[in-house]
Amino acid sequence: MTTVWVPCDAAAVSVGADEVADAFAAAGATVRRNGSRGMLWLEPLVEVETDGVRMGYANVTPADVPDVLTGSAESIGAVEDHEWLTAQKRVTFARVGVIEPTDIAAYQEHGGYAGLTRALAMDPAAVVQEVIESGLRGRGGAGFPTGIKWETVRSASADLKFVACNADEGDSGTFADRMLMEGDPFSLIEGMTIAAHAVGASEGYIYIRSEYPHAIATFRRAIEIAYAHGFLGQGIRGSDLSFDLHVRVGAGAYICGEETSMLDSLEGRRGEVRAKPPIPALEGLWGKPTVVNNVISLATVPMILADGGAAYGSLGFEKSRGTSVFQLAGNVRRGGIVELEFGIPIRDLVAGFGGGTRSGRPIKAVQIGGPLGAYVPPEQFDLELAYETLAENDAMIGHGGVVVFDDTMDASAMARFAMEFCAKESCGKCTPCRIGSVRGTEVIDRITGATDDGVRRTQLTILDELCTTMAKGSLCAMGGLTPMPVRSALKHFPEDFGITEHADADASAAAESAGDIESATEATGGARP
Amino acid sequence: MDDARQSQPSAVREHDVRQLAQRHLGERGALMPILHEVVDRLGYVAEEDIPVIADVLNLSRADVHGVVTFYHDFRRTPPPARQVQLCRGEACQSVGAEDLYASVTSTYAHAPEVEVREVFCLGNCALGPSGLLDGRLVGRLTPERVAALVGAESSS
Ligand SMILES: Cc1cc2nc3c(=O)[nH]c(=O)nc-3n(C[C@H](O)[C@H](O)[C@H](O)COP(=O)(O)O)c2cc1C
Ligand code: SF4
Ligand code: FES
Repeated sequence: MTTVWVPCDAAAVSVGADEVADAFAAAGATVRRNGSRGMLWLEPLVEVETDGVRMGYANVTPADVPDVLTGSAESIGAVEDHEWLTAQKRVTFARVGVIEPTDIAAYQEHGGYAGLTRALAMDPAAVVQEVIESGLRGRGGAGFPTGIKWETVRSASADLKFVACNADEGDSGTFADRMLMEGDPFSLIEGMTIAAHAVGASEGYIYIRSEYPHAIATFRRAIEIAYAHGFLGQGIRGSDLSFDLHVRVGAGAYICGEETSMLDSLEGRRGEVRAKPPIPALEGLWGKPTVVNNVISLATVPMILADGGAAYGSLGFEKSRGTSVFQLAGNVRRGGIVELEFGIPIRDLVAGFGGGTRSGRPIKAVQIGGPLGAYVPPEQFDLELAYETLAENDAMIGHGGVVVFDDTMDASAMARFAMEFCAKESCGKCTPCRIGSVRGTEVIDRITGATDDGVRRTQLTILDELCTTMAKGSLCAMGGLTPMPVRSALKHFPEDFGITEHADADASAAAESAGDIESATEATGGARP
Repeated sequence: MDDARQSQPSAVREHDVRQLAQRHLGERGALMPILHEVVDRLGYVAEEDIPVIADVLNLSRADVHGVVTFYHDFRRTPPPARQVQLCRGEACQSVGAEDLYASVTSTYAHAPEVEVREVFCLGNCALGPSGLLDGRLVGRLTPERVAALVGAESSS
């Protein structure tokens, strides 16, 4: 009987994978459900396995099933050899799309739990040292060195410590956390368990956004299986480590991705941002020392422990060590997961992997790093994708989302949207963010609606001052970084704001005050770069 | 969504909510899981549920009320028969989400049984415009596809 792999990933399901799986089962095939390979434009991407080789069939519908089974349908070849995959450096995503997500035996056959086994034989301080040596920095956005954070928690003395995983993934254009949880959940469980051993924590919480029902279900199932196999609970695998892991579900608030807001939400409160200090590493969940890390940060840890910090640290670019899991999204021909060493030029990602726009029109800009990230025009596509290079150019890598726009994009509409989004999602704790964002939408409306340059100039000055106030006066990076998309849109596309030659000087004045954004970052204790 | 859930007498509802809340008592931060379960099972958080939950958790009503109103998910009115949530995140906007949202909103403007709401990112940003149709994730949406899905399921 033929074995057919049909992804169970939510993206594949959103374009009909479940119906395709049912049709194969009805035709008598053995259906196995893998995660997605991340070549999302090919979904549903079905793989027919013969003698260990998995031949791919793209965009399969139930009607295609008979032809796929007889071999008369056109194949894209062996999926593993697809050049979109062979050109990548899959480390964190090594198993995603390859195995059945909750098959713990397959997980171990593919290298899973080697990291925990090695870690359990090591002193906690040595485990932390390994993570420091890897150079791993937080993948949630702020880029703070993971090992240093762990060391703070490890050396704090307390009767109770926690590991909290941030799986709120609210940024538009990002889906790596989701695909990891749906495609290889044990790697995250293993990473959290290693963190628990390293810092002396006994309880873990993962905060998954409610918009991800598939991820929630897969992750809950994986936790049950891990308990049943002695990988969670009392005396893990015969060691003296005990670690319990709980799932908590978000409730539709973007701000709950900010770590202190997430902690309040986990405690059952309104997700309002806490002032720092105290930092969560010392006073986190219920006032106890708490490791807070993003899904990708934690899921990368097993590999670091298995192969050694030096191996991971040998990858990367300048101070951005290791790989970055980019997510190509929006108006792009070939969208999906591209895991590469840091340092690839934007152009190679967007034009090379992405193949340009889906619409076939020229690219106008990409927005990198989510709704608080900058709009970057093609003139800057030679920039390397790395923490520092982007920061030096008033942009940020954030969680690695890259959203492509074609030339029909209206930059003033996107700037207005940034303000609108901030107004809708602000936690309401501080005025520059709560009120400033509402004023921001109004000012942008007045700029785009202005009938003469004088009015426009006045409003541009007001917008500039407003951006400065938000950047400097906000408690967290929600209000602090909303000026980033606004200013970048204005700087690179002044014509979309109705700005003609002579108004140019004011527009660039408004757009150039980028120093404010840096100070916003410092004020937030590094909530976002 | 069956009708019984919407027209439950309040004594029955109070009993259900209390029992449901008590089952979470051993958990840390039990309020969020409780509210999620109330919405999952009873459709929405009713005003009268708030003192019951507050009582079980030994919180003030204001605390519970504050949490309920902070989060989009804890709806406070009975859900309509059909729920359409369309993504207005930037990635979906780059492939026409704003036009889609405008068109679908106007199509169902006078259909009380269909609720159209905005969401910001469903993690399906390479296959947009994306939406949730009665909780089911759908990609590559067009107005026609929304109409077909809403229509097909409401007549079944
Ligand atoms: C408005 C806002 C939203 C955020 N959303 C997320 C998120 O969805 N996921 C995430 O991991 N980090 C998010 N962050 C960053 C977190 O505050 C925090 O830096 C991160 O979870 C730490 O983990 P890491 O060091 O592994 O990146 C957000 C920050 C801000 C200011
Ligand atoms: S900047 Fe906005 S989201 Fe952040 S604490 Fe202030 S009001 Fe809340
Ligand atoms: S922006 Fe629409 S699904 Fe992410």
